[in-house]
Amino acid sequence: MKGKWQRVGVMGAALAFSQVTLAEYAYNLQAPASQVAQDVFQLHNLIMLVCLGIFVVVFGAMFYSLLKHRKSVGHQAAHFHENTTVEVIWTVIPFLILMGMAYPAAKVVIDMKDTTNPDMTIKITGYQWKWGYDYLNDDISFYSNLATPREQIVGSAEKGEHYLLEVDEPMVVPVGKRVRLLITANDVLHAWWVPALGAKQDAIPGFIRDSWFKADKIGTYRGQCVELCGKDHGFMPIVVEVVSEEDYAAWVAKKKGSAQAAAADNAKSFAIAELVERGEKVYQANCAACHQADGKGLPGVFPAISGSVVATGPMAAHIDIVMNGKPGTAMAAFAGQLSDADIAAVVTYQRNAWDNKMGDLAQPAEIAAARGGNASEAAAPAAQ
Amino acid sequence: MSDAAHAHDDHGHGHPTGIMRWLTTTNHKDIGSLYLWFALIMLFVAGTMALLIRAELFQPGLQLTNPDFFNQLTTMHGLIMIFGVIMPAFSGFANWQVPLMLGAPDMAFPRMNNWAFWILPVAALLLMVSFWLPGGAVAGGWTMYPPLFIQGGISYDLTILAVHIMGLSSIMGSINIITTILNMRAPGLTLMKMPLFVWTWLITAYLLIATMPVLAGAVTMLLTDRNFGTHFFNAAGGGDPVMFQHIFWFFAHPEVYILILPAFGIVSQVIPTFARKPLFGYASMVYATASIAILSFIVWAHHMFTVGMPAAAQLFFMFSTMLIAVPTGVKVFNWVATMWKGSMTFETPMLFAIAFVCLFTIGGFSGLVLAIAPVDIQLHDTYYVVAHFHYVLVSGALFSIFAGIYYWLPKWTGHMYNETLGKWHFWLSVIGMNIVFFPMHFLGLAGMPRRIPDYALQFTEFNQIATVGAFIFGFSQLIFLAVVLKTIKGGAKASDQVWEGAQGLEWTLPSPAPYHTFETAPVVK
Repeated sequence: MKGKWQRVGVMGAALAFSQVTLAEYAYNLQAPASQVAQDVFQLHNLIMLVCLGIFVVVFGAMFYSLLKHRKSVGHQAAHFHENTTVEVIWTVIPFLILMGMAYPAAKVVIDMKDTTNPDMTIKITGYQWKWGYDYLNDDISFYSNLATPREQIVGSAEKGEHYLLEVDEPMVVPVGKRVRLLITANDVLHAWWVPALGAKQDAIPGFIRDSWFKADKIGTYRGQCVELCGKDHGFMPIVVEVVSEEDYAAWVAKKKGSAQAAAADNAKSFAIAELVERGEKVYQANCAACHQADGKGLPGVFPAISGSVVATGPMAAHIDIVMNGKPGTAMAAFAGQLSDADIAAVVTYQRNAWDNKMGDLAQPAEIAAARGGNASEAAAPAAQ
Repeated sequence: MSDAAHAHDDHGHGHPTGIMRWLTTTNHKDIGSLYLWFALIMLFVAGTMALLIRAELFQPGLQLTNPDFFNQLTTMHGLIMIFGVIMPAFSGFANWQVPLMLGAPDMAFPRMNNWAFWILPVAALLLMVSFWLPGGAVAGGWTMYPPLFIQGGISYDLTILAVHIMGLSSIMGSINIITTILNMRAPGLTLMKMPLFVWTWLITAYLLIATMPVLAGAVTMLLTDRNFGTHFFNAAGGGDPVMFQHIFWFFAHPEVYILILPAFGIVSQVIPTFARKPLFGYASMVYATASIAILSFIVWAHHMFTVGMPAAAQLFFMFSTMLIAVPTGVKVFNWVATMWKGSMTFETPMLFAIAFVCLFTIGGFSGLVLAIAPVDIQLHDTYYVVAHFHYVLVSGALFSIFAGIYYWLPKWTGHMYNETLGKWHFWLSVIGMNIVFFPMHFLGLAGMPRRIPDYALQFTEFNQIATVGAFIFGFSQLIFLAVVLKTIKGGAKASDQVWEGAQGLEWTLPSPAPYHTFETAPVVK
């Protein structure tokens, strides 16, 4: 505890020094890494300065009055109760100050809203509770899940440096390029925010809104979902890695390679042990948040899979609910999110884990058949 | 009938006693007390939820709650504090004080007054019972945004019903207050001679009547989307989730002023009394209140700068929002000018009123920061916003309620409260409140989102400070409860005038104010 109070003292001292120090101690807006974030930072400084000035003048007067105009020092009450000149002055002066603030603010608003002439476009989709990224120019798609282990959250393991702000697959962009973001959601409202890049936009199911950023510096920038989206709202972070153009090209090549490997998997036939092993990973990343790692769900909120009618019933119905979800509930449609092999694996896992001893398995080909041979349509966000 | 005959029928004529007296009462003082007790109980209920939230946030990781229960706590804390504490408390003040300040014998519609109160506990019960229903209480945030709100269980329907009932109560109360003020003023008491508290309530009541039906419409659409297959807010059926936000904030921004205008009124009564000097700029106070109320209808989308509006809309709502700083500034300047060259003493009501002026202004400044759209886009849905609205609602609305209670309690009970305990309550509250909420500005600036049960490690220190402050603030409210109970039971006899500098009709009455007052209207010169 003592160490923490010392840090508080250090933070107080840091206030007197540089903005860089402030950022380290999480005191002020994060160090900007884009022009927009820089503009917002300066705008905020300006307004704070004006507010501080007004505060000192107005409350300087009030505290002077509290000290001098008190009965205990024998001050007699005056009887004035209006003065038109004074009242006009303190209506007009704030108005002028506000005009002075409005002008620079309006310039930044117009700049933030200008999403024209991008170098590249990325579509971002919010899901309960992860982010999906589609690189429209490079034809890359992936999902980005929280990477912090469950043990750190419940306190049975030491928390890492980037606790809750780390993902399995970061969004990667080249430095110095104008990146246009097309933001939407699959289920409920989310909001995509990376403070250092100065980009925040609500993700609205059924609508696409755009935003943009141009990162000035190579580095890793972290943010979180900032619109309440249900149980795991606090557990869907955003990580943007800004890299050099060469590194970006290498990353694109690597992602395309792994996409081909995934496509090859869809054409394979697997043994049950392989499917269960793969399915457990898919389950942990996509299902365990609600249905829990032990398959028991949360009574009254999220149903159990262990011993459930679906997971111990006909295979086709089981595949159907995983692929198409359950409208009106938090159960999402995974047809558009997971590959054929992953869906086959997770269904097989669910039928053979915990109390479920079905002993049967689904192959990727069955999932492809369930898609009706039209995978692109099935991949669209589920509508009712 | 003579006045003497009237004076004797105070409690006689077979009026019910015990619980039936309170259930059937049409007396404005009884109903005022009921509102205030209801608000006080709810303050402790929702305050306990706040302490659970702060206890969970004392350190990173999940300790006391699971994320779903955490969301239930934040949602219910918000709904109850707004609809169950601040609004009923102000209604309690209106019931007690409006007739006393106008020289009216009672409210215009006494039976409707009884109903307006007694449906409130029903609404509170609907909200509270949902904690024990399958799926738990409502967890979609007090703002009830769809589609998340469509996903929930039975408790979401109960919440919609509760909101309807609370809205109905507010509308009935408002009709009563407006009619009383416009029709039942003592002869000679023109509108521009009314105490400022009455003025602020008159304007608040109009805001309530204008906006509560809008809220009712919004939640009814949620109800039909949830249960009857409509698609008002579902894009798949041609609806729009953002439309809910527009409708909701068209209600909820004026609602913000519903929660603060009566506070302005109370403070405008208290400061002149203890400065022993008339309120500075009475007329400009009335005009400023009215302008704030009118402007409140054209600023709603500043709560929605991140939904992706066109630049022109963002600019309009940014400018209109900034404009509100002008009349609000006028009010603060007027209060300071009222203190200037007064002869001040610092009894507990005055302390709370001064803290109000100072701390509410901090909330006003952070409001100005948030009005600047580009800055708001950085800070929206972070702890900065949490800090902002708690400065306005805790050190604003709640502190004014404390000021008002200490100010009028001697008139209501006939006893002076214990000044030492009152000062303890004040200092612990004001220190505790700042320890809770000031660090939240830093958390928000540094990027901590609101409504999260767990956070990244760099936010730890300020969260721990805030939690310590929350427990200081929370437990010091027990002192307030003790002061109120002690004052009702006994204490030094209060004079009729109570405060040396007090002006107004209520102070011409005996302390405690008799059960029936102003049966013959006083004449105001």
